[in-house]
Amino acid sequence: MGTYVVRRLLQSIIVLIGVTLISFVALQIGGDPTYLFVSENATTEEIQRAREMLGFDRPLHVQYLSYVWNALQGDFGNSLSYRQPAMQVVLEAMPATIELTIFSLVLAIALSIPLGIYAALRRGKPADGGIMTFAMLGQSIPNFWMGIMMIMVFGLYLRWFPISGHVPFLDPLFAGDFETAFTNLPRSIHYMIMPALAVGTYTLARNARLVRSSMLEVLQQDYVRTARSKGISETRVILHHALRNAWLPVVTMIGLEFGFLLGGVVVVETVFSYPGIGRLVFNAINQRDIPVVQASVILIAVIFIALNLIVDLIYARLDPRVKL
Amino acid sequence: MPDSPYPGDIDAERQSAPVSHRRKELRRAFQSMVASRWALLGMGILIIVTFVAIFGPWLAPFDPNRQNIMMRLLEPGEPGAGDLTYWLGSDQLGRDVLSRLLYGARVSLLVGVTAIVVGGVLGTVLGLVSGYFGGWVDDVIMRLGDIQLAFPFILLAIMFLVVLGPGLVNMILVLGIGQWVTYARIVRAQTLALREKEYVEAARAMGDRTVSILFRTILPNIMAPLTVIASFNVASVILSEAALSFLGLGVPPDVPTWGSMLSESRDHLFSNKWWMAVFPGLAIVFTVLAFNIIGDWLRDFLDPRLKENH
Repeated sequence: MGTYVVRRLLQSIIVLIGVTLISFVALQIGGDPTYLFVSENATTEEIQRAREMLGFDRPLHVQYLSYVWNALQGDFGNSLSYRQPAMQVVLEAMPATIELTIFSLVLAIALSIPLGIYAALRRGKPADGGIMTFAMLGQSIPNFWMGIMMIMVFGLYLRWFPISGHVPFLDPLFAGDFETAFTNLPRSIHYMIMPALAVGTYTLARNARLVRSSMLEVLQQDYVRTARSKGISETRVILHHALRNAWLPVVTMIGLEFGFLLGGVVVVETVFSYPGIGRLVFNAINQRDIPVVQASVILIAVIFIALNLIVDLIYARLDPRVKL
Repeated sequence: MPDSPYPGDIDAERQSAPVSHRRKELRRAFQSMVASRWALLGMGILIIVTFVAIFGPWLAPFDPNRQNIMMRLLEPGEPGAGDLTYWLGSDQLGRDVLSRLLYGARVSLLVGVTAIVVGGVLGTVLGLVSGYFGGWVDDVIMRLGDIQLAFPFILLAIMFLVVLGPGLVNMILVLGIGQWVTYARIVRAQTLALREKEYVEAARAMGDRTVSILFRTILPNIMAPLTVIASFNVASVILSEAALSFLGLGVPPDVPTWGSMLSESRDHLFSNKWWMAVFPGLAIVFTVLAFNIIGDWLRDFLDPRLKENH
């Protein structure tokens, strides 16, 4: 176990270094990055001054080392439009995005498991066909279009859900104000249901198929047949014997799923004017606010790496079959 | 990853009886497709979309970029100037939604397919090298893959496209390079398994050059899983392209794309101009659906062992 943890940690550090390298390359790939930081009608002197101030006149390896050094301290320069440190702007938007991502993950998993099991138990029947058709469609719908359609139908026409905005839950929770956090929770969920469904539909559909096929496989195993032949009730066989093994593939995917959902959240947030990283990045793209884009992407990559590390370590502890 | 469904000496078989063998394979493919109604549906949609992508300019009733302020935001079916009808309505600049939709098919298919070619070729070559040679080359290539996968893909694409600026070539390169890891990992795993097979050893013993062993002996035997992945991959690349266009990072504004049409539709949701959002979205859904269905079918057809329980 010890060597596995060390090896996995080292791997994560290498990946982190790679992340800084890729983002540095992204910054340089279009030529002299100074032009990204000055206005279009800047004079030659102004450009030169900016180049020196930002350090883009130094040799590349020096630039990279100082980039890494600054990144380690969370310093990506000042946001060009907010006139504040970029990382600070990003961190302020982070809790809302995390809330939405976790909520859509929970929603997707909570719905996909029963749907997958039900389809497996009704294999070949209309219910199975219906669920699988829905799953096939769910994997083909762009998340942001799903959001637009939900706004049109459930927001504007039926008026069931608010079409934009956000009521914070994590923010007051982290600030230690539990009362506000939990009074906010129902409204917070009400605001998040549509964006979370839009983000999570793909994951929901894919996992429903995954659960179904692994359930079908498990149901043919000897231990299930043994359990049945012992006269145990069907419900108990399914919940106790089959389900436990059938949802393992889903658990394994959670770490990766989270990163995938984060990517989706970024796009869907702009549809719902949801005040998280996605909308921030969207505005930053339009204003070519490079520090904010870089800080957001790197922060998300770091969260993603940490999460995968944690999931792997937990999984290695839970499943003795993983070689340590 | 199971072995390729083909027996090892498929090359020899093909060379001895190429025509009849291939014809038989094709007939089997056709029969299997007809047997699965889903696959037939997917193929049908694909043929229509391809047809539209090629012949769009002849089918479109209007120039997709022709603005006509008098004809702004017409509802679907409303007659426009002269005897031409805006069958799917017009947008905020009076451009015909149907014509833009037909032209948009080009961008989606072009980007989807070429990005897969770029990513597929790059990933396959790196995967072959990685699996065949092993050692530090393998380590470097696979770590690079890990690093790339540390970013949620859409964010990585955003980071590069913001700097590179929008454009068809940039879009294809970024989307293509974004896909190489998937191919490299699969090709590597398969190459590792095939490297020790007798017929590869035989090729080595006969003095074949490494390049020839990689591309003529190993590659043909791992095409099946690659084809399956490529089909699913086209679907996800089309979705990514739409998302990036939606965010304003796609191709220049004078090229109509489904994603950018959706982006423009957002400003008109409140005034209930539903046609601006519904039709481009449906176009994306059906195209992506077709590739997903074909991917499913290909997987079952090429490698029955991978078949999901139906």
